[in-house]
Amino acid sequence: MWIRIRLRRFRKDMQPSLRELKFSINRMKKSPLSIVGIGIILFFFAIALLAPVLAPTPEGWRDPYMIPREGYSSIPTPPSEKHPFGTVGTGGQYDIYYGCIWGTRTAIYVGLVVVGSNVLVALLIGSISGYYGGKIDEVLMRITDVMFAFPALILAMALVTAFGPSLDSVVKALIVVGWPSYARVIRGEVMSIKENDYVEAAKAIGCSDLRVIIRHILPNAIYPLVIMASLDLGAIVLTVAALSFLGLGPQPGFADWGQMISFSRNWIVEGLKYWYTWTVPGLFIFIFVLGWNLLGDAFRDVLDPTLRRR
Amino acid sequence: MGLRAYIIRRLLLLIPTLIGVTLLIFAVLQLFDPVERASLYVTDPKQVAAIPEIIEKYHLNAPIHVQYYYWIREILQGNLGWSKSVSMRVSAAILQFFPATAELVLWSGPIIVLLGIRLGVSSAVHKDKAIDHATRTSSIIGWSLPSFWIGIILLAVFYGQFGWFAPERLGVAAKVYVTSENFVRYTQINTVDAILNGQPWIFLDALKHLVLPVMSLTIQIVALIVRIMRSSMLEALSKGYIITARAKGLNKNEVINKHAKKNAMIPVFTVTGILLAGMLNGIVITETVFEHKGIGWWAARAASSLDIPAVLAFALFAGVLFVIINLIVDILYARIDPRIRLR
Repeated sequence: MWIRIRLRRFRKDMQPSLRELKFSINRMKKSPLSIVGIGIILFFFAIALLAPVLAPTPEGWRDPYMIPREGYSSIPTPPSEKHPFGTVGTGGQYDIYYGCIWGTRTAIYVGLVVVGSNVLVALLIGSISGYYGGKIDEVLMRITDVMFAFPALILAMALVTAFGPSLDSVVKALIVVGWPSYARVIRGEVMSIKENDYVEAAKAIGCSDLRVIIRHILPNAIYPLVIMASLDLGAIVLTVAALSFLGLGPQPGFADWGQMISFSRNWIVEGLKYWYTWTVPGLFIFIFVLGWNLLGDAFRDVLDPTLRRR
Repeated sequence: MGLRAYIIRRLLLLIPTLIGVTLLIFAVLQLFDPVERASLYVTDPKQVAAIPEIIEKYHLNAPIHVQYYYWIREILQGNLGWSKSVSMRVSAAILQFFPATAELVLWSGPIIVLLGIRLGVSSAVHKDKAIDHATRTSSIIGWSLPSFWIGIILLAVFYGQFGWFAPERLGVAAKVYVTSENFVRYTQINTVDAILNGQPWIFLDALKHLVLPVMSLTIQIVALIVRIMRSSMLEALSKGYIITARAKGLNKNEVINKHAKKNAMIPVFTVTGILLAGMLNGIVITETVFEHKGIGWWAARAASSLDIPAVLAFALFAGVLFVIINLIVDILYARIDPRIRLR
């Protein structure tokens, strides 16, 4: 009985949100670019999930994320039946197809961990800063100022060098570098939302600060973050690839798109002869990032309250 | 508030930011133990035996605030440590590699800004027409391309395949001539020096080596400017005074160029910071791909050989440069737009 009442109340509470959600989905359906974006992202998630089927790890190979290596030659071999996208590497050949398929997991993993952590840190710091204001706000904002004083890639580069190059270091560095922009956005949103009458009302009936922030402020502050996170999931893959290209990524042989391109660098003197070494991994990165950017743009048109009703 | 008061206030605010920037780099440095940090000051393998002395001399075992004091004192005196990847002092390395970077920025900066504004404006003016769709599509594509991949494709096609444009800053003959006595290096910027020395062939050679890096940097960054210019131009065009001007019967081009464009330029000023960060990030990648030996190339090389003093000094340099240029932009911005000063 009690549960049923709760459920009914929950439904009633959720009705306006559901209506808005339906409206958003309808808007998204109308924009062809967002459909393309969603399609691309789903495609990559499918590749990541099906990696063991699409590119089975050879028997006796311990770590599936390490690309199987063959021979001792440094000269790339063109696409063949055994290696659909050819091979590349120094002092041994890595299968490009295997690297690209398993590299999808690496890209999605890094993106989700970094953006997820950034959002969590930003929700905590941004809402405290925006809600309480005063000295806490001043100190936290000066810290973000300092972080903004550095171009992102350069600070990430310095941090990875200091932590010692590895995939974990890259993730840590990107978390350190990334949270301030999210925190700024959340802080701004919280500051403007807390002036609303319904927040005042919630406080007046005795809601605790925590409840006011979580139930009344954050649900309304979250939209800009969704857009940002979506665009960032692509941007982070670009940064990881760039770091990896500079030799600051995971260890050699780890399934990672950026590293595959850095192998191909030795062969550009030959012109288009070894085209497959840079074309395929580059296309993987490009299409993946494009998918997130299209999705982010679609989110912006759909979720931004100043644009959505036009 | 007058302009002078605004400048003074901004200069005062600069101090805590600069202290914060040095504190952050100092904090990263604290990840290493004193012996490793002592190696910052080792300039010769023979000095390795002297590490305890170096630790003593630079107070590397002292409490943190004391260490920070001595560290910042060394930095202010220009002693940034020793860069093992290029075997020279970090301060000397910055001076040596900076002109190459300046040259790259000198040539690509104007192209990026002019092209970005031009495309952004025409995209907004012809909203939802073919040119708008083309610009938006190419800007989202440019935004999604990995920067080093653009460089690699350009090199593979134009250098590897056709042999038109080579990497590095100069060809062999030009390099020899430039280092000879006949050539005075006023600025170390090849194209400028070539003009000052009256050597057009050096100028052309340097320019030829700049084509690909400038192209690669432009493709990376122009998309950002286009996007911002487009949206701010759209906003400016929807303002009341534009509609009034058009309703009065003013010529469309005149309205766009005289009334809308000027106001749409203001947000572009605010993104100069982002543009600059994009440039600094782009320079590291572009210079590395094209072996254009500037500070970005040096930093990337230092990072891959774990030359910590060089990487941290580069980050510090980039941070300070970024803060100062942003300040200059803000002051110019306040000069143009009086509303900023009043905030």
